[in-house]
Amino acid sequence: MKFERYGIGLIKGMVVTIKHLLRHPTVNQFPEQRLNMSRRFRGNELIWSRERCTGCASCAKTCPQGAIEIVTATNLADNKYEVQKYQVDTGYCIQCGLCVEVCPYDALFMGYSYERAKYRRGELVQSGDELLESPQRPASGYFHPEIAEKLPKQTLLVEKIVEKRK
Amino acid sequence: MAIVNFMNNSPLPMQVTPADWPGGYWWHWVFFTVILIVFVLVMVMGAIYIERRGLGRMQSRLGPNRVGPFGLLQPVADAVKVLLKENIVPNSADKVVHWLAPIIAFVPAMMIFAVVPFQNGALLADLNIGILYVIAISSVSTIGVFMAGWGSSNKYSLLGAMRNVAAVVSYEIPLVLAVIGVVLMAGSLSLNQIVLKQDIPFILLQPLGFLLFFAAGCAEINRSPFDLFEADQELVAGFHTEYSGMKFAMFYLVEYGEAIAMSAIITTLFLSGWRGPLLPPWLWFILKILIVFFLMVWTRTTFPRARIDQLMALAWKFLLPLALINLFITAIQVLVWPDALPWILIFINIAIMVILILLWSKFFKLGWGRIEV
Repeated sequence: MKFERYGIGLIKGMVVTIKHLLRHPTVNQFPEQRLNMSRRFRGNELIWSRERCTGCASCAKTCPQGAIEIVTATNLADNKYEVQKYQVDTGYCIQCGLCVEVCPYDALFMGYSYERAKYRRGELVQSGDELLESPQRPASGYFHPEIAEKLPKQTLLVEKIVEKRK
Repeated sequence: MAIVNFMNNSPLPMQVTPADWPGGYWWHWVFFTVILIVFVLVMVMGAIYIERRGLGRMQSRLGPNRVGPFGLLQPVADAVKVLLKENIVPNSADKVVHWLAPIIAFVPAMMIFAVVPFQNGALLADLNIGILYVIAISSVSTIGVFMAGWGSSNKYSLLGAMRNVAAVVSYEIPLVLAVIGVVLMAGSLSLNQIVLKQDIPFILLQPLGFLLFFAAGCAEINRSPFDLFEADQELVAGFHTEYSGMKFAMFYLVEYGEAIAMSAIITTLFLSGWRGPLLPPWLWFILKILIVFFLMVWTRTTFPRARIDQLMALAWKFLLPLALINLFITAIQVLVWPDALPWILIFINIAIMVILILLWSKFFKLGWGRIEV
């Protein structure tokens, strides 16, 4: 005899909802409360290091979207091979992380930030110094375990409920 | 005062107004009218807040929490927003009917409170046919809803309104039959008398009656799980699809005003109204209303919406026979053992309720569904 057929199912459902009422809700009040991202988060913007970049253009070749534009030239005065232009169209970027993996000199990182929306599409095209690491644009630990170690541990919404329930 | 006393020919001496009440009948009338309007408006705002927060928390969300402390001012903000909105009347609408519908729907929801006692004798008019008046008035609201559906000249509105009429006609019967059980126990139709008779809340003596009345009441006032007259997903909000601005606000007010009215009636009939220890009577009354309303919110968030055939089947195959049996049993109890010990009756009635519900669930075939035992 299945008691679900006799109105017990209704009571079971009501017990579930009242349990939800009594526990902490599964939400995060975003601007006031923030959850830590995954340490290997592939965030909004690419971070580029001018010092380490040799201008090999592996990143530009591997990019499936063709979002990276790199122009290199020989500086005859210093007799050096240097990057004249390094430009990323973040609007095209699909956050695949291939450029970071392919870079032989660890000059590229994925971004750890996620609130980097822009008002104009033109602002998405970033080049040169805009791409350097800064407090607003920290580097993510993706493909770089040494960075990941220093980042805070990821927090989950579930842990929030569990800690309130104790 | 004279008219009130004339209508009140109950055997017990009734305290309609305090003995030192100044001004007599008209003062009484003005005082209670103002009190009732303020009461309904404030309670509706509170009800909207409780419903939205309660629904949110039961769905593991927070609900409105931005406007004011704990989001308490959210109903106020909503009211201001909806009052400032443009009032759009469709070109092909029946203009007069479209205008009148919200008012005709709202007035009965207000009028129900005229006979609901807040305290011993503290009510606008202590009619000796109080509960009959409530049932008669509350079904007038449906006309407003049907006018809204008709006047909008919109097929979804009309469908919603037709469903509403069908449901109210069906659910009125178990509703009234459940009320008759209480009336038999109390021996009076006056709500104040019914409260005075409830030394034990009638929910214990009439558990089945309470369940029937609650279900039928929820269907009557378009509360979920029977809210398919204003089902957003299938009927784009049903009869008030074409309403905006102030008139939409009126319908919103009706929805919650009726919910509060139904909670007040349930409180009066089954939860011994304003009676209770320690706290003042009116506070007990409001507290019980809020408890019943919370129960409505709870069922709303838990149960999925019924189909129209399931709705009708529930009314005619489940509620109506059970209401008739409940009435029969109550009549026998009142006739044969008028002085029986209450706790024996409570035990018997709860046992009868459980047996009947189990039995009828077995007979009951929901919308030609499969039956597994």
